[in-house]
Amino acid sequence: MKKIKIKVNGKVKTVLNNYKLSDLLKYLKIPIKKVAIELNQEIIDKKRTSNIKLKKDDKIEIVHFIGGG
Amino acid sequence: MDSLKKDKLIIAKKKFDSRLIVGTGKYKSMSECAKAIKFSGAEIVTVAVRRVNISNKNKPLLMDYIDPKKITYLPNTAGCFNSKDALRTLRLAREIGGWKLVKLEVLGDKINLFPDMIETLKTTEVLAKEGFRVMVYCNDDPLMAKRLENSGADAIMPLAAPIGSGLGILNKINIQIIRKQTKLPLIIDAGLGQASDATIAMELGCDGVLVNTAIAKAKKPFEMALAFKNAVVAGRQSYNSGRISKTIMGNPSSPTKGII
Repeated sequence: MKKIKIKVNGKVKTVLNNYKLSDLLKYLKIPIKKVAIELNQEIIDKKRTSNIKLKKDDKIEIVHFIGGG
Repeated sequence: MDSLKKDKLIIAKKKFDSRLIVGTGKYKSMSECAKAIKFSGAEIVTVAVRRVNISNKNKPLLMDYIDPKKITYLPNTAGCFNSKDALRTLRLAREIGGWKLVKLEVLGDKINLFPDMIETLKTTEVLAKEGFRVMVYCNDDPLMAKRLENSGADAIMPLAAPIGSGLGILNKINIQIIRKQTKLPLIIDAGLGQASDATIAMELGCDGVLVNTAIAKAKKPFEMALAFKNAVVAGRQSYNSGRISKTIMGNPSSPTKGII
């Protein structure tokens, strides 16, 4: 199956062509309730990640809270 | 003494008993941070929004140590140098779990970490329109404070000195002028170095103080957290009690009548 390159938090990842955003989050073991997700600078509704198919050169940002002043 | 019990800090209609807000950065570990928060008695803590470390899936999360159901998370925009980045950060913060109460800080200067007030004002206006409740890190200019208030800020948070400098309150007069002109919560956000600085801030009439480095980087962070807790309470009580007026003449404390 064809593979595509995407960027997750600035790092290049290679995934299968039909990979969904929800598959990626599962693979990375992301605790969905504790993060926010951006796809190409647009915030994604966390309930709809299984409807989103990843495309070549997609840029995904997954953020959470860390210590800060 | 009943008045002390009713003396709550109210921000965006939420009531808090503690007037000390603490930052969660610069600690050696998350457990040290969580313990220091307990000692401080703080009910609000600032947090930063950053990328999840995707190469280390088992890295502990802040939420595992500090329960956001018990402690109010105040997401900040630390590290943002323009309105676009600050908005992006806070919209993401809201998405994590519905956080609307946020701390806006748009820096303009990497050396002194002074706020860029033009960008800050612009961003406050947008955030307020989007339904955020915005606590704003700002400079100590009373005019800017007024403009922030008119832009929909929920709290004015001027610096006392540069972030992390530990210099204490360098701008008492400006803080007092801002206090006189605004009914919004006024919180000193940056520059404090020791507990007595917090007392002075409260005695100037501030509604609270925000402290990070002075606690996190103290030799004994837990003791310092407790010291700040007590200092804030002392300062508030002192402010509420109405200090005596200053005089350059001596005034004996013992009666002058009946001296033998």
